[in-house]
Amino acid sequence: MSAPAVSPLVTPGAGHQPVLQLTAVEKTYPSTPPVRALAGVDLSVDAGELVAVVGPSGSGKTTLLHVMGTLDRPTSGTVRITDLDASAMSDRELAGLRARRIGFVFQQFFLAEHATILDNVADGLLYAGISHARRRELALDALEAVELGNRVSARPTQLSGGQRQRVAIARALVGRPAIVLADEPTGNLDHKTGQAILALLDELHRGGTTIVVITHDRDIAAHMPRQVHVLDGHIITDTGATQP
Amino acid sequence: MTDTLRLVSPAAKLRTDDLGRIASVGIRTRKLRAALSALGIAIGVAAIVAVLGLSSSSQAGLLAEIDQLGTNLLTVSNGQNLFGDTAELPVAAPAMLRRIGPVNTVEETGALSTAKAYRNPHVPTVNTNGLSVQATSLGLPNAVGTHLATGTFLNAATAREPVAVLGALAAERLGIDRIYPGERIWVAGRWFYVTGILAQAPLAPEIDTAVLVGFPAAATYLNFDGHPSKAYIRSATDQVAAVQGVLAATANPEDPSGVTVSRPSDALVARAKAKSALNGLFLGLGAVSLLVGAVGVANIMIISVLERRSEIGLRRALGATKNHIRIQFLSEAMLLALLGGAVGVALGAAATAIYASTKHWAIVIPTLAWTGGLVSALLIGAIAGLMPAIRAARLQPTEALWTV
Repeated sequence: MSAPAVSPLVTPGAGHQPVLQLTAVEKTYPSTPPVRALAGVDLSVDAGELVAVVGPSGSGKTTLLHVMGTLDRPTSGTVRITDLDASAMSDRELAGLRARRIGFVFQQFFLAEHATILDNVADGLLYAGISHARRRELALDALEAVELGNRVSARPTQLSGGQRQRVAIARALVGRPAIVLADEPTGNLDHKTGQAILALLDELHRGGTTIVVITHDRDIAAHMPRQVHVLDGHIITDTGATQP
Repeated sequence: MTDTLRLVSPAAKLRTDDLGRIASVGIRTRKLRAALSALGIAIGVAAIVAVLGLSSSSQAGLLAEIDQLGTNLLTVSNGQNLFGDTAELPVAAPAMLRRIGPVNTVEETGALSTAKAYRNPHVPTVNTNGLSVQATSLGLPNAVGTHLATGTFLNAATAREPVAVLGALAAERLGIDRIYPGERIWVAGRWFYVTGILAQAPLAPEIDTAVLVGFPAAATYLNFDGHPSKAYIRSATDQVAAVQGVLAATANPEDPSGVTVSRPSDALVARAKAKSALNGLFLGLGAVSLLVGAVGVANIMIISVLERRSEIGLRRALGATKNHIRIQFLSEAMLLALLGGAVGVALGAAATAIYASTKHWAIVIPTLAWTGGLVSALLIGAIAGLMPAIRAARLQPTEALWTV
């Protein structure tokens, strides 16, 4: 796979292509009694969509994120990322899939404090088999996209919470993934900073990036073009469900 | 679209430069902890390198000293005959030995077994101090590679008079460390005047404990029969083996088997090369320290894995395979141990260099010592890091990321 040369904001193959397809996904945790976190979820996300998955804690939305991000395998059902069946893949292939097609944004940012933000972003491609120099070039592009191009040699400890989350978003975007999964991206930020991050996500969405935001906050979800409400492992409502 | 239909390739291998960077993350971010945990290995390797370096350096020093004394010294002494009695060397033996072509010098001594030397007549006769009285030819000090520490050696005149020169240990045991005019000792019932004290003779330790008198004086005052008991021969260096071969037959043509021929430097070299028993002890201590160091590294790596769960989870989310995580932590442990090993080699080499230079020895650090030190450090790192690395790799990304 050759290194992409265009802006990290543009996802390849944007259009009405399903990027993520969950079909009858169930996830049961083997405890006593067994916990059924996902009870038959069908969900399809097209390229270029911005989707909010919203639900109270314990509703199964975090498990849904794990399954969508191939960090965990479903007990039954299929997960397809960019038309590739994740359930048929080995652990190594799943790691390759995550390295190249899925970007993650976490509530706690998870930045390495000892490294510059440029290196933090470049590490988003550490496992994609791209040279260090090229990774840094792409990281610079991604940092410019989140308006931190002038702070490349700063360390995360020198940045505000909102700036740190921007770095984390740049890290998720640096490999031009097919889909970005954001887990409570505003959870550690005050209201105003959170709004700025949401505005950034919206801007990225308008640039063509496919984004799924997981949140418990209905107000945040309300601003998103499509909302998927989850409760007790089921999808209750989906404002933009595409017909299978 | 071909892009979406194409099978995704498995995660790429880490590049070597990337591996170096991520393996050193833990060490770079927690320098003091890394230094302390590598200390055990550093001490162990330092001990091993220093022990091997010091014993090699002292050996090199000894061999250099032996070389300086000359390896061309041969001795001929009276052995035993078939009946177990002492086989005397013929009186003419030294003269015959001098006739061997490559022989440069022959000096002889004759033991006076009945004569004993004392500080004064009041010393009980049993207190012989283990000293011998020997008649000597006049060029002895040069031949055995020693010199006068103080005073003068015997000369043609004093060799006829009751005059003695003391070996280094003999002087010490008699309590004489300098020569006053009229200084004398009690030898076989008469005073002998002391004119000189020899320095130590490593090639001929029997001279150190000897009270030396001239051959004529021995005959005059001590009833000496004139038979030499030992001859010291210096030969041309490249002919030593050939000379050694003919010495016995030349010294005593009638009974060559009653002659003992030896090369004193051989015995010294053999002794220098024999390993000190203490080496084993210190090497053992070094090994124990390495073991403790290994436990320290393993311990710190396990703590590190626990502390860095979120980093591990993040790396898995960024596309690291279990193998990537395993390699990262294993290399970190190996790097840590290797750094400890390198510091240990440097410390051990420095200790060797400092001690050897105070002793004026050549500084020798055997290749085996420092390569062995580094390799064992690496191995220890690999063994100590294996279990923590496997634990890190087993961590599920979901529990690593969402249990902070």
